Amino acid sequence: MSELVPIVDYLVLTDSSYLEANECSECSARFFDRRNACAACGGTSFTRTAISNQAVLTSFSIVHRAAPSVPVPFVSAIVKTDDGTSVRSNVVGLDDPMDAELGMKLVLTTYSCGVDDDGTECIAFGYEPA
Amino acid sequence: MSDSIWIIGANMTKFARYEDEDAVDLASKASLEAMSDAGVSIHDMDVLAAGTLFQASTSMGQRIQKQIGQTGIPAYNVSNACATGATAVRTVYLSIKAGEAEMGIAIGVEQMGKMGLLSGATKQERNTFEPSGRYGAVMGVDGFLGTETMPGVFAQAGMQYAYENEGVGFEQFARVAYKNHQHSTLNPLAQYQKEFSLEEVMSAPVQSYPNTLLMCCPTGDGAAAVVLVSEKKLRTLPLETQRRAVKISASVLTSDPYVESGQVQPDVNTLTRNAANQAYEMAGLGPEDLDLVELHDCFATAELIHYDNLGLCEPGGAGDFIDSGKPFRDGGMPVNVSGGLISKGHPIGATGVANIYEVATHLRGEAGDRQIEGAKVGLAHVIGLGSSCGIHILEKAS
Repeated sequence: MSELVPIVDYLVLTDSSYLEANECSECSARFFDRRNACAACGGTSFTRTAISNQAVLTSFSIVHRAAPSVPVPFVSAIVKTDDGTSVRSNVVGLDDPMDAELGMKLVLTTYSCGVDDDGTECIAFGYEPA
Repeated sequence: MSDSIWIIGANMTKFARYEDEDAVDLASKASLEAMSDAGVSIHDMDVLAAGTLFQASTSMGQRIQKQIGQTGIPAYNVSNACATGATAVRTVYLSIKAGEAEMGIAIGVEQMGKMGLLSGATKQERNTFEPSGRYGAVMGVDGFLGTETMPGVFAQAGMQYAYENEGVGFEQFARVAYKNHQHSTLNPLAQYQKEFSLEEVMSAPVQSYPNTLLMCCPTGDGAAAVVLVSEKKLRTLPLETQRRAVKISASVLTSDPYVESGQVQPDVNTLTRNAANQAYEMAGLGPEDLDLVELHDCFATAELIHYDNLGLCEPGGAGDFIDSGKPFRDGGMPVNVSGGLISKGHPIGATGVANIYEVATHLRGEAGDRQIEGAKVGLAHVIGLGSSCGIHILEKAS
């Protein structure tokens, strides 16, 4: 079996994969990248926190034109997880991109998005209808 | 005597794609014309600010000086995304406010040609998946983790508004572009001056739904310049210059404050609302006092949400506002009578100066076929993703 790597380091690959954020110890603001200080309150202490996999679609765009190597169309999405964190990803698992609907309930899923020369497989995340 | 700052000269080149002239030529032309319009010369300038985004590291200000006059004054090279031009204007404004200068020129310029999508970099087809960057990405994520392209990002800004408010959908967004294309037919300086039916706008190729091709601004080339002066200096200038002068009643620049969703979707709303509130307070005016607005319609979805952000409509009522026809040039609250970025074009560094040129020209009663009759107060707004918002409120000399 090939080695798996997440597409970004805030995706934690397990039997039920999930996203993880740096949460400000003072105000609970969450950040997917490292912060020198909290953009919301200026606090400098953070803890790693798991993000809920359940979410609602709060905005999307059906992208038909992108860089040549990006397959189109795809549904770019902004979702809000049940624990109040906004995430940018794609809506996947729709028969037709036009089936995307504001407010639809979604759940995080993972899929393979390529294999490198060493046989390492990259795993991306998306959101599919719940 | 008030310490107001005034515009006494303004000019913009036609926005287009220029093959035989470079950015320095375009900027120099706009600068010389703006100074000529003001009846002054480079020897009257105490400060110069030059805004460009894609040539930000090329000493644009000094390169312009070598074309229009090297007088040794301070030259500020300004870059602030799509708010670059407004930031250049504000740089001169602040120099005069600080008492370091009595008169100065702000220039915005860009040469983009057919640059196409401005972001959403091509995926790196790496041979090995090595984490890099602040998110430890092992490959380009555009197309996997949402879109990085501007039509898509601004589509999402509009769709977020549609999620939160009633009466907003594809047709409302399309109507914005229908309006601006219609307006552009009266503006000889616009990159495109072609009217399209609402149906044509809606059936054009989809770029990033709901934005079709005709709902996206083009890339292009162009320059604009304004000459600013202190009130004290203005009163020493010829009466005709004073009569045509336009007062800067508010000059505001904001950045995006923290919002929860900001790390995944740029928030173009809060900083615009903050800037608008500050500008109205500074000017002692409200949205009901505006005779025309030039706002940042990089995409049709963007214009619609700024009706609400700038207080032009009832809260949540941007859909009704466009459906009612109010932002059309004869609708009572004219928005983007220049054709907006969608038709006039968006050479990025020039845009935030060109908006001010447009408003000032109407206030002077010199806008020709597209003149908004009797215009006394106008607002110019730009947004640069990242983010930065510049707002200027201008008033006709009384």
